[in-house]
Amino acid sequence: MTEKFKIAIIGAGPAGLSAATHAAELGISHVLLEAGQHPANTIHKYQKGKLVMAEPAVLPLRSPMAFAAGTRENILETWHEDIQRYKVNLRLGAQVDGIKGERGDFHVTLSSEQTINAEFVVLAIGLQGNINKLGVQGEDLPNVQYQLDDPEEFKDETIVVVGGGDAGVENALALAQQNRVILINREEEFSRCKEGNFLMLQAAIKAGRIEPRVSAGIDHIDADTENGFLLRVVAKTSEGVEIINCHRVIARLGASPPRKLLESFGVKFPNSDISSAPELSEQYESNVPGLYIIGALGGCPLIKQALNHGYEVIEYILGNPVVAADEPLLKQKISSFNASCSVNEGLAIIRRNAPILADLTALQLRELLLESCVLTPRPNETIFNYDDYTSSFFSILEGELAVFVKAKDGSEIYFQTKAGNFFGEMGLISGRRRSATIKAITDCVLIETPRRSMLKLINSVESVRRKLDEVSMKRVVRNCLTNTLPESELNYLLQGATIRRYKAGDVLFHQGDKADGLYLIRRGSVIISQMTGGKEDVLSYVITGNYFGEMALISDKPRSKTARAASATEVVLLKAPVVIAALERNTDLRDLLAARYRENAHDKKMIEPQGKPGNLFTFLIQQGVGEATDVLLIDYSLCIRCNNCETACANTHGGISLFDREAGPTHGHTHLPTSCRHCEHPYCMQDCPPNVIHRSVNGEVFIADGCIGCSNCKNNCPYDAIQMVAVDPKFKKPGLWQALLGGANHDEKNRLPDDDLPKKAIKCDLCKDNVSGPACVRSCPTGAALRISPEALSLTMRDSSAALE
Amino acid sequence: MQRSTLLKYKNYRYFKAASLLVIFAVMAYLFDQSATGAYGGSWLGYLFGILSASIVVVLMLYGVRKRLAPIRTERRNLLNALSPQQKVPDSRKREANWLRHHGATLQGWLSAHAYLGSALVVLATLHTGFQFGWNIHSLAYVLMMSAIISGCYGIYAYLRFPRLMTANMGGIGTFDSLLLEIDNLDKQASIKSLQFSDDICAIVLKARQGTRIGGNLFQQLTAYQRNCPTSQAVQQLQVLGKNLKYDQLKSFDDLYSVMAHKESLVRRARLDVMYKARLGFWLYLHTPLSIAFLAALIAHIVAIFFYW
Ligand SMILES: Cc1cc2nc3c(=O)[nH]c(=O)nc-3n(C[C@H](O)[C@H](O)[C@H](O)COP(=O)(O)OP(=O)(O)OC[C@H]3O[C@@H](n4cnc5c(N)ncnc54)[C@H](O)[C@@H]3O)c2cc1C
Ligand code: HEM
Ligand code: HEM
Ligand code: SF4
Ligand code: SF4
Repeated sequence: MTEKFKIAIIGAGPAGLSAATHAAELGISHVLLEAGQHPANTIHKYQKGKLVMAEPAVLPLRSPMAFAAGTRENILETWHEDIQRYKVNLRLGAQVDGIKGERGDFHVTLSSEQTINAEFVVLAIGLQGNINKLGVQGEDLPNVQYQLDDPEEFKDETIVVVGGGDAGVENALALAQQNRVILINREEEFSRCKEGNFLMLQAAIKAGRIEPRVSAGIDHIDADTENGFLLRVVAKTSEGVEIINCHRVIARLGASPPRKLLESFGVKFPNSDISSAPELSEQYESNVPGLYIIGALGGCPLIKQALNHGYEVIEYILGNPVVAADEPLLKQKISSFNASCSVNEGLAIIRRNAPILADLTALQLRELLLESCVLTPRPNETIFNYDDYTSSFFSILEGELAVFVKAKDGSEIYFQTKAGNFFGEMGLISGRRRSATIKAITDCVLIETPRRSMLKLINSVESVRRKLDEVSMKRVVRNCLTNTLPESELNYLLQGATIRRYKAGDVLFHQGDKADGLYLIRRGSVIISQMTGGKEDVLSYVITGNYFGEMALISDKPRSKTARAASATEVVLLKAPVVIAALERNTDLRDLLAARYRENAHDKKMIEPQGKPGNLFTFLIQQGVGEATDVLLIDYSLCIRCNNCETACANTHGGISLFDREAGPTHGHTHLPTSCRHCEHPYCMQDCPPNVIHRSVNGEVFIADGCIGCSNCKNNCPYDAIQMVAVDPKFKKPGLWQALLGGANHDEKNRLPDDDLPKKAIKCDLCKDNVSGPACVRSCPTGAALRISPEALSLTMRDSSAALE
Repeated sequence: MQRSTLLKYKNYRYFKAASLLVIFAVMAYLFDQSATGAYGGSWLGYLFGILSASIVVVLMLYGVRKRLAPIRTERRNLLNALSPQQKVPDSRKREANWLRHHGATLQGWLSAHAYLGSALVVLATLHTGFQFGWNIHSLAYVLMMSAIISGCYGIYAYLRFPRLMTANMGGIGTFDSLLLEIDNLDKQASIKSLQFSDDICAIVLKARQGTRIGGNLFQQLTAYQRNCPTSQAVQQLQVLGKNLKYDQLKSFDDLYSVMAHKESLVRRARLDVMYKARLGFWLYLHTPLSIAFLAALIAHIVAIFFYW
């Protein structure tokens, strides 16, 4: 039997619920299909008592559903009432597997094989994806669960945890406090989880608190109430079949992102990048006519935005013009450069004057402008300074600006840029300090787009990436080689040039390879090494803004060294024949490379005989120091283990030390504590819904006010540098007398019980508000603690052996 | 990676300062022709006394600085979620490289503390004009010398033990992971011992229950437990192993190697505790001594003016 509705809404998250209540309110025939057993499944899965935030505060709410910041429980409760009140036609447990058809006649298939007929489909399934189940007989038995809310709920049980990723390991560790835990991992090693979890797991396994089964999987599960157990798990391990009697199975197998499902519905994505959002019209309509996509899936990661989308999409389907909720905000931004024009006219001006943004869809442009800032600097005003650590992107709408670039020899070069161009892409791509100072010459209008929005755009709009790369290549050549290169010469050099991207550890070229060209680094860093007598010696470390690979070009011999990416790296590769020809025509360029060639030949002799520093260096690179901008190191030949550094950190940061001095690897006398490294491209920033992780002008990566406590950043940071804690707002630094009496060591017990306050993410901010610098380093009595930057790292590399072990 | 030590701090800056002070003081003392002779009440005596007391103030301030790192904050506009970076006032630029930014680091303070403190030996002694007696004045002097001697031990410890600690811990991560590993070996040994005679089981059990890491101050400082059951177990197992049947030897060797491994880890853990104790205990003398000295010094000064 097929039912028929006007609108089928899929996914009862905030977006879907809002759409359905609005449809119900207007008396439109609709159905709301939800895969889970609760409406707002994603919110339901937040930890108990979590404070849900209503960011962004400036955006007005427009939905029949109520929403204000509050606890998870309160919000779910009001939404339940809203569903009842508006008589929303909600079907729970209805997972959609397929959508076929077209506008006016869609066939929506559920996993129960039922089909539903609808004229319009609104997709609001969020980004959480469908949780992977075990896929074996018994996967849906009671007590076989795919989530763990509160590990303390279970006591004295035998529990089988499946999955060797972070979620599985964390669950296993938490459950092992009160239960017998067996952890099943498909792989032979627990290599997918984070260092910190891995170490704790190792300790727990050694102590016998967790019993691991590796290279193992579940064959099937039977209900079995014999001898006090509830389930009988039949597992296949490397040693054969094992039968485990237990009370509970908790499987943490991750989720499959919704992209595949969407593609099966016919929805197109602009490119293969996982972070790209589907292409949508201004009315949220996808390339499949009649199929609308809203909420997190449509690229807006917050609840309030999702609720607004839901309301608007119904209006659009009905053909009503809606003034978008963000219209007044956009109007305000546009009025700062043209007080009289409408939003649409303003957008047209932007398109015309900033060619890089010309190909954006209306929705993308609106979103971009919403997240950006319109600047109107006066003549002589500075936009940013050489060596600033900002990473936003600027498009010039009006006016002329002066660019002062510092050349390698320290002299300053000056040129102009004007409306139609853009700047700031170097910092965006490299994640490092600005390579120039920019000042306005005339009155200007600029759009400043934050890093995250720009990255999203580069990943989802091909033409933006192309236009950006074209200009970037020229600037990289100037920056890495010489700023005085004339335009004609530049164009000549760039013939056939390509941009190449490498992961950490990838080889760019091997010793003995034929020379393919000159490499200019625009992001990341590269290690140059050489095999001598079967042993690999690290010779040098090349960072962003430099070039390498000229030796083989000049000498016309195969590569004498191997180049390997130390972190995620992007290079501009200039073709060998072009470079060789350019060297013949341009004596300046030839002199430049020749000088470097000689210097390198010299360098080699300098570092070779020591051999040893290479080891420390390799250790640091292996630990990811190559992608850091400021790393805390401790010289263990000086450190008296007094933990004064941690105490000082705690005293500056609400009573909690933001790093762990003792944890972390040691090589010789160099210890690398578990602490934030202020990465060039911070992983933690990637996925922060309210976008509150920033990098300051001075380079500190910090979390500003507005954290919603979702733990995304903690999970994304590979270095375990983020903690989720309730910070006591009333914490005061102990006064002198208190400190003298209580001793200098900070007292863990001083913390408040964690329950009353919302948990938020905290991490090292390099004491950015402290004029005299990071407290840890400044409070080390023996000077053992130090912080180093990549520049210092490459210097250390070149330094005499005394600077190293 | 080798950074400059306390003593070499800033190319011996405070060593040079302290030496100059000492040389000046000795010269002045030798060439002093005043009628009163050398004693605390002469004008030179006063000068030395006041100089010494000023140094003492600096020394005591070290303890304050250690606890209260000077934190001058400058509230900067935090970025708002929707307004990008440009709104941050581009106020100060901090030095890019902390390596060169020593400013007033605690290391600098401690370097000054050690050198100036040592200079007191000469300055204060010259101040007394070598006139000692059984009085509050000489008590101050004795307390000062004790504080200085304990301080010198502290510097010795700070320079010597860190390297030994790193070497001792080898690749093992934290102290806690070492204890976990020992606990784990204990469990293994207990299980492995079950198949052997009761006396072997008893030895292993005793090693598990009776082995102590840490203990009282003396034990901590010496890394020593009298009749350590683990060491004894290893020795006794060697003897008992000789009486075993051939087919038991393989599993016995297993047990033995577990116990031997445990013994070496216990040794490491004790050494770690020992180094920590040796790095730490002296401060429990140094600090009270310095406070007692300060009190005696105040009494000394008050007494002088009172009886003048
Ligand atoms: C831990 C955490 C904390 C957060 N905290 C906040 C916060 O404090 N404030 C805030 O504004 N935002 C927060 N967010 C973000 C917020 O959860 C999302 O922005 C919001 O849920 C997006 O709503 P949505 O309707 O687009 O998708 P979702 O809420 O994800 O809803 C999608 C719904 O679709 C269902 N579904 C999925 N696939 C199918 C299918 N095939 N068939 C049928 N139904 C399907 C799902 O079960 C789910 O109920 C947080 C996110 C997380 C993960
Ligand atoms: C480090 C600090 C000091 C120490 C260790 C110290 C110690 C001594 C000693 C051991 C004596 C000899 C007492 C005797 O004759 O039996 C002495 C004498 C004296 N000291 Fe100090 N002193 C210190 C600082 C000062 C200061 C700051 C002053 C003055 C402000 C001072 C003023 C005197 C005077 C006036 C005498 C002579 C008293 C007398 O001979 O009767 N001293 N001091
Ligand atoms: C009269 C002389 C001295 C006085 C009054 C004095 C006082 C102090 C005080 C108050 C502290 C702080 C203790 C704490 O905060 O825990 C301290 C620490 C210390 N002093 Fe002295 N001191 C003196 C001489 C010396 C000398 C001569 C040396 C070394 C040669 C020395 C070496 C040290 C060391 C190494 C520390 C420990 C630093 C640390 O771990 O933070 N002191 N001293
Ligand atoms: S928190 Fe982690 S990811 Fe973020 S900057 Fe620090 S080390 Fe890098
Ligand atoms: S700071 Fe971290 S926890 Fe807070 S909202 Fe951002 S990603 Fe989530």
